Amino acid sequence: MSRSIDELRAELTAACRAVGRPVQIMEVCGTHTVSIFRNGLRPLLPENLRLVSGPGCPVCVTAQRHIDAALELAARPGVLIATYGDMMRVPGRRGSLERQRAAGAQVRVVNSARSAFELARDNPAQQIVFLGVGFETTAPATVATVLAAERVGLDNFTVLMCHKLVVPAMAALLDAGDVPLDGFLAPGHVSVIIGAAAYRPIAERYRRPVVVAGFEPDSILRGLVALVRQIAGGRAAVENAYSAVVRDEGNRVALDLLERVCVVADAPWRALGVIPRSGLELGPAYRRFDALERFDVHLGEDEDHPACRCGEVITGRVLPADCAAFGRACTPLTPIGPCMVSSEGTCAAWYKYGQVLAERGA
Amino acid sequence: MMPTRTTHDHVVLAHGGGGELMGRLIREHILPRIGNPWLAVLTDGAVVPWGGGEVVFTTDSYVVTPLEFPGGDIGRLAVAGTVNDLAVMGAEPVALSLGLILEEGLPLAVLDRVLDSLAATAREAGVAIATGDTKVIERRTAGGDTAAQMFINTAGVGRRRPGLNLDVARIAPGDAVLVTGPLAEHGLAIMSVRAGLEFESTLRSDVAPLGGLLGAVFATGADVRFVRDATRGGAAGVLADIVAGCGHSVEIDERAIPLSPTGRHAAEMLGLDPLAVANEGKCVLVTAAADAERVLAACRGHPLGRGAAVIGRVTASQPPLVELLTRAGGRRIVQRPYGEDLPRIC
Repeated sequence: MSRSIDELRAELTAACRAVGRPVQIMEVCGTHTVSIFRNGLRPLLPENLRLVSGPGCPVCVTAQRHIDAALELAARPGVLIATYGDMMRVPGRRGSLERQRAAGAQVRVVNSARSAFELARDNPAQQIVFLGVGFETTAPATVATVLAAERVGLDNFTVLMCHKLVVPAMAALLDAGDVPLDGFLAPGHVSVIIGAAAYRPIAERYRRPVVVAGFEPDSILRGLVALVRQIAGGRAAVENAYSAVVRDEGNRVALDLLERVCVVADAPWRALGVIPRSGLELGPAYRRFDALERFDVHLGEDEDHPACRCGEVITGRVLPADCAAFGRACTPLTPIGPCMVSSEGTCAAWYKYGQVLAERGA
Repeated sequence: MMPTRTTHDHVVLAHGGGGELMGRLIREHILPRIGNPWLAVLTDGAVVPWGGGEVVFTTDSYVVTPLEFPGGDIGRLAVAGTVNDLAVMGAEPVALSLGLILEEGLPLAVLDRVLDSLAATAREAGVAIATGDTKVIERRTAGGDTAAQMFINTAGVGRRRPGLNLDVARIAPGDAVLVTGPLAEHGLAIMSVRAGLEFESTLRSDVAPLGGLLGAVFATGADVRFVRDATRGGAAGVLADIVAGCGHSVEIDERAIPLSPTGRHAAEMLGLDPLAVANEGKCVLVTAAADAERVLAACRGHPLGRGAAVIGRVTASQPPLVELLTRAGGRRIVQRPYGEDLPRIC
């Protein structure tokens, strides 16, 4: 019989008491952030345990220059942009894909990379550009479509590669060193691909515990108990609290696919700048499927809105409520930064589930 | 540079999503130009005095893709949707008009199937298709990668049942909040088909005309304060309307919200809140607490209300909010959905 929510809360409180000081844990992934809010977990946590959101929402970390490149591509005649729905409202320097579609550009929401491939296969006269966004969770699907396009000889399918790697971003946060982080709650779905062992450098080099957890409330609480117990005991290990789904070595088939087709490259992150070896690009043999290459589009610079503090939000430096624009100039209706756009964005989650309750003092 | 408030110069899809953005489109662009006392109340239909009684008059347009989906099609939807708008206003549906807009290239076999389904649903609802119009438009989907589309508009009239007093302002603290069955099935069925997910065998749209079910509820004589079908914007949208309209709060219990196992699973996979997903055969009802059991029994005695449940109650808590008591024992706010709900990436 699994432990009840109340039992887990009691264990968490006891573990926090054993630490004897405030503990700050980063939930790396947007899916965790949303689940924590959707299940109303924050008010159930001990007072001296603080959760901060990390750079794990794929929409939020996509660099503005990639959005701008997508907008530039969407403006080309004969080009159709195929994208996951979350990306539609993310603001670039000049508008968003949603607005560009309303103004006549061809932009199609797809739910899988495979659908983008099928669009290309069924519409040979049109150039389909798929926005390859996400972490190791979605990258294998993107890569599989590139291989499929190669196999059937499609010359009207390209990918705008924005795929990112989770662990280098965690390391970059710790290297920056200005946010006190006692440990990481690592996302179940990314870990299915990369395996729990991928977090070992965080534990070994940076001496921070990492616990892989699923997304149900009890799974999240179990992960937090395991983390705080490690912190109390002065340990820093990788622990897999989601072993029914996540294996130590990850998904070998998916990882092999990535290795075969992609190269690890320095990548720009929204508001974080370029992080070394934190992104995936298509390797030399597959460059012809790279949209930037095929259409000769150059990535510019990011020019984030001066009022937007998304970068500080997704690195745990500030909470959404600390941003002057949050809930005032920046709302889901009028997003200034990506964190307010994505359904997994930290600001959107705070706005949707938390803001009013907090104002009410509950 | 000061933060500028971004406003829309063009209509975007989310303007039609039944969320806050759509509310603004109506308040800021439509009502100032063609507003009048009938429109201003923004109910599902207008109540018009007629020959000593009252008739309810309503209209709705249907643009769903795909045209045929598990559990229904655009024809069934076009009858059920308009019948339900009449039924939640306390009316017995009498007659519908049928406006067909067909894109060139639409297979006649598809048209025939849709019309057969539409006719069968009208018989089921006991309503006549009394007048109609047909237009054909040029194919406008570029590239030919999607099937030719058809659109349907139906307007409906119904006789209002005497003795009802449906008014959101009558909702008072202590009242019970019910839903008539498992939520989110229409929206999830449609999105699953679009996403190419494999729930199709069991996940079906709930599209159905609810005149009979609501007739059975009203016949109990219970003090029903408010009924609304939870279409675009889902139950969350209706609950937001309730708290905005009555000035009280609503507290709902996540454990009491009826969901089918497949629906729960599909919502999780797509990253959607079932409360915010569209239904086409479910209502939210508010009734005096003393009558809740009677209303529940009437619902459960009807084939379309077997899964009905009391999901929460109206409270005096201020400011007026919808609060959810979560399965995990936490609390959170339920907000009006922003607009078109976008399935998440991962």
